[in-house]
Amino acid sequence: MTTSVNQELQELAESVFGDAASSDTGFDAALWRTLEETGLARLTLPAGAGGSEGTLEDAAVVLAAAGAHAARVPLVETDLLAGWLLHAAGVPLPDGPLTAVAGELEVDGTTVRGELRRVPWARAVAGVAVLTGAHVVLLDPGAAEITEGTNLAEEPRDTVRVDGPAAAVVAAPDGVAAELRLRGALGRALLLAGAARGALAAGVRYAGERVQFGRPIGRFQAVQQQLALAAGEVAAASAAASAAARAAADAGFAAPSTRLAVAAAKSRTGEAAGAVARIAHQVHGAIGFTREHDLRLWTTRLWAWREEDGSDAEWNAELGSTVLAAGPSGLWPLITGS
Amino acid sequence: MTATLHRLPDLVPPPTELPPRTAALRADVRAFLAEEQMAGRWTPRADVWLSGWDERFSRELGRRGWLGMTIPKEYGGHGASALDRYVVTEELLAAGAPVAAHWIADRQIGPTLLRFGTEEQRQRFLPGIARGEVYFGIGMSEPDAGSDLAAVRTRADRVDGGWELTGTKVWTSGAHHAHAFFALARSAPRDERHRHAGLSQFIVLLDAPGVQIRPIPLLTGAHHFNEVVFDRVFVPDDMVLGEIGAGWKQVTSELAFERSGPERFLSTFPLLVALVGELAGSAGAEREIGGLVARLWTLRRMSLAVAGSLESGEAPELAAAVVKELGTRYENEVIDVARLLVTTPPDPGAEAGFARLLADAVLHAPGFTLRGGTNEVLRGIVARGLGLR
Repeated sequence: MTTSVNQELQELAESVFGDAASSDTGFDAALWRTLEETGLARLTLPAGAGGSEGTLEDAAVVLAAAGAHAARVPLVETDLLAGWLLHAAGVPLPDGPLTAVAGELEVDGTTVRGELRRVPWARAVAGVAVLTGAHVVLLDPGAAEITEGTNLAEEPRDTVRVDGPAAAVVAAPDGVAAELRLRGALGRALLLAGAARGALAAGVRYAGERVQFGRPIGRFQAVQQQLALAAGEVAAASAAASAAARAAADAGFAAPSTRLAVAAAKSRTGEAAGAVARIAHQVHGAIGFTREHDLRLWTTRLWAWREEDGSDAEWNAELGSTVLAAGPSGLWPLITGS
Repeated sequence: MTATLHRLPDLVPPPTELPPRTAALRADVRAFLAEEQMAGRWTPRADVWLSGWDERFSRELGRRGWLGMTIPKEYGGHGASALDRYVVTEELLAAGAPVAAHWIADRQIGPTLLRFGTEEQRQRFLPGIARGEVYFGIGMSEPDAGSDLAAVRTRADRVDGGWELTGTKVWTSGAHHAHAFFALARSAPRDERHRHAGLSQFIVLLDAPGVQIRPIPLLTGAHHFNEVVFDRVFVPDDMVLGEIGAGWKQVTSELAFERSGPERFLSTFPLLVALVGELAGSAGAEREIGGLVARLWTLRRMSLAVAGSLESGEAPELAAAVVKELGTRYENEVIDVARLLVTTPPDPGAEAGFARLLADAVLHAPGFTLRGGTNEVLRGIVARGLGLR
């Protein structure tokens, strides 16, 4: 059951992200300051790393709200990825927003060289944590060449080129590569579930306001049936993402049951993304297809995020391999985790 | 952009984990099912809760304490939680075990008698249900009332010492084997402004004078459905279920239980198991299989979340409708993917295996998205929950 603590956190997150919601693009510095003041920016990190010591289930609540309000901040990147990775490797965290990426760099002592592609929010952060082969590297973006790029939602996905001393180079702890990937997928799944909720809410609201043939279009069964289908997808996305967060909180990322849960959640939220975006646009008609309307804030995120941190196709392939290796008698035990 | 999102209802309760104690129970059920299959007592089938009528199997489950689990001990039950029952139920369905004989009695009748039944009715029926010896049907639909349940026309007329029922019920699964059923009937004239008023539920013994049972063969020719005709069937006062006039409320209060269980997404699971078997050692089907497993895993989490919510005394009807709507479409998706990946044609005459499971699944599929509320009706319920109706 939802604990009262979770309820309070949910209300806080809804109000923080709701107040910040806007149709702009780029890093929302004011929102980031609020997240730092409220302790949400580094929610799951230990106090020693400037964190609030929250659980992954707490993070699930906050990230679903961030997705629902199309927040323009590197929250997953700072808290779940870079903050965790640097702390695990024993590297002190820089203040401010952070990002993380797994990539290939030539490492020679403390000098690093190479190019990292599609780094989320690189132009806006205080530090880039890189997992490269056997090392965890911290880069100062000020000492790197950054070429701006974006995803479908106009969020920064930049190219970072480095050739010189890094802020830190340490040996990567065992198992961090697998965990970093799962954390990225879980964070993305939670954001997707939130964005799906935002798109559905926009569709339901519009169907209640837009009048055609003398009544709100939401009175027509054809529209009701479509929105109900979207609601089912939103429910599935939310259930999958929050169950995966709970699995990770309970058993840790190394447990096979968590791996399966995260794979299923990223797959299911990715599947829901397409269906919800399609229905939301169909209900809105032409206006939702214009820049002046806010619907794009959710639908472009749904389209962008379903491909990031492993698309549904990639996670399905991985899940399918696991299932086929386990064989017919292994399928049900995989599903039930016992 | 508006600061406040349009408020949506809760479409799914928070995640529920099964209590650790259920692991031992699950292992026991699994071991028993493996032993039964080794002994060749039954063959896994699709859609077993409609087609797998096996009274020996039901009595054996009763003997082991796996029926009537949530019924209190004083009525012959086991006082277990709904989550314990959930584990047993999903294991039986996943194995394709023949659960039809006790299915309705265990799922609906027991809980309803506990909720609305008299002490006498509980004493009379519950111990037999828990032993797997007393079987029930459900008498709701009629020739002119399917999705529109309030349109039932079966009449209950007041007579000395009870009620007289006249009318016709259809699609009553298992009525030709069952001992009794709950009949929804009109005990007061229909009022167009209050269509749900004046309905009552009655416990009707299926061997009572004036009850006629005729088969309605499925399109396969198999006999599961029946037409049950009442010609002035006497139902004594002590067999009225709950309150006269409260039939609608009583019937709809059970829907969250009936619509969210694992039987709403596992009807074709044995086919998925056979499909994985067919694909062993081959490559190229990982994505399709992974997609089916991701959806199944998600449906189970949703169903468990509703079970946890029910266990804590809530009635998440909207979330239950969502589970059934998604789950029953998923049961069809398993068939579509199986046909896509394996070209073995369905064979209804095969003894077992992929071809037989595919045949049963295809031929039973129309029922998945009809029974217990059509998907169109369920989506209407969701639309109402969204505030659109």
